[in-house]
Amino acid sequence: MIRAFSYNEFLFLLSAVQWTLALSAIAFVGGATVGLVIALARTSDIKAVRLAATGYIQLFQGTPLLMQLFLVFFGATVMGLDLNPWAAAALGLTLNASAFLGEIWRGCIQAVPRGQWEAASALGLRYPGLMRYVILPQAVKVAVPPTVGFLVQLIKSTSLAAIIGFTELTRAGQIVNNATFQPFLVFGIVAVLYFLMCWPLSLLSARLERRYALATR
Amino acid sequence: MNYTFDFKAVIDSWDYLLQGAWLTVQLSIGAMVLGLIVAILCALGKTSGPKPVRWIINAYIEVVRNTPFLVQIFLIFFGLPTMGIRLSPDLAALIAMVVNVGAYATEIIRAGIESIQKGQIEAGLALGLRPLQVFRYIVIKPALRTVYPALTSQFILLMLSSSVVSAISADELTSVANNIQSQTFRSFEIYIVVTGIYLVLAMMFSALFAGIYKLAFAYDTDRR
Repeated sequence: MIRAFSYNEFLFLLSAVQWTLALSAIAFVGGATVGLVIALARTSDIKAVRLAATGYIQLFQGTPLLMQLFLVFFGATVMGLDLNPWAAAALGLTLNASAFLGEIWRGCIQAVPRGQWEAASALGLRYPGLMRYVILPQAVKVAVPPTVGFLVQLIKSTSLAAIIGFTELTRAGQIVNNATFQPFLVFGIVAVLYFLMCWPLSLLSARLERRYALATR
Repeated sequence: MNYTFDFKAVIDSWDYLLQGAWLTVQLSIGAMVLGLIVAILCALGKTSGPKPVRWIINAYIEVVRNTPFLVQIFLIFFGLPTMGIRLSPDLAALIAMVVNVGAYATEIIRAGIESIQKGQIEAGLALGLRPLQVFRYIVIKPALRTVYPALTSQFILLMLSSSVVSAISADELTSVANNIQSQTFRSFEIYIVVTGIYLVLAMMFSALFAGIYKLAFAYDTDRR
């Protein structure tokens, strides 16, 4: 039964935004936590740790996110867990985001001049203190613009959760389109809603980057 | 965990999987080539076009970069037929990929054009070279060298994100996997193997691109 696109359909799409935002937030927090570990492992002095982190990053950056979501979704069943699409999407996106954030932050940690490491260890700081008081505070400043830029990537990535059946914005669009058969209107609105979430972040990221470029010139 | 792995379904449909992988490669290369043409035109328009042209190109780039690829595919595949343009899934997939990669590549190419210092061009002209010669001998190679790494990683991103076009059932690798999966129910095995195929493809292409880089651009420059 085809029904007309009404205000209710629009409200349904609008309310699906909260799921996109919630999934993005969870994936970002999870990805940031694991990503910090990956970034530290990538810059570690121990070769085996470095190699393991490199392998992790290669694996997640060398395969499609969609496959990663499928593997988490079906892999959980294999292990006898019954993961719902919500948990599978959150877990898959967390793993994926951690690899990308890990690689972004590795660059930021390595952007801190080597002399700072040497000075800190000459002052008697061991690794935890050296990282906490000397390296990370400086790396964070470099990391802010690309991290905000990555958030845009992450919000867009959550649309793939629609394919494993999690009802976020894109899936809501499919549902409304199936009922109203107005693809241009429905996916147009969906696109506009994503744009409204992502564009401010893109602008912010570009602005921060310019400010940073000026500061270090 | 009492699950027994069974790769028979995967082995039985091996050539079907390879066909899918081949279409993935073809789609990616085709989309990249066409996307580069779009990008070169847009980059020229953005750096030297009149204001309205710049404005339109900027809008195109911002819209594509701030909306998900999946939604772009849906707009093209489901949206265009309502305007009377019917597309096969493969063609819709190709168009969506070109539109998408065109926007990203425009910014890369623009950065490449802008990376050439004005003084170099002026010096060339002062030496009596004609503009085309300046382009041929001074601009093109360093510009390519600057954008090459970004373009090649964009290609690999494009290839990986092409798995998303399975949502409209184009016949590429992921769709093939979905088909085998729905006939045999060996989902986990199939997706592991397909993920492996993507990984191999990505590594093969990075190695290939790195090799080309060494052959074409391995000369010392001191621009710092």
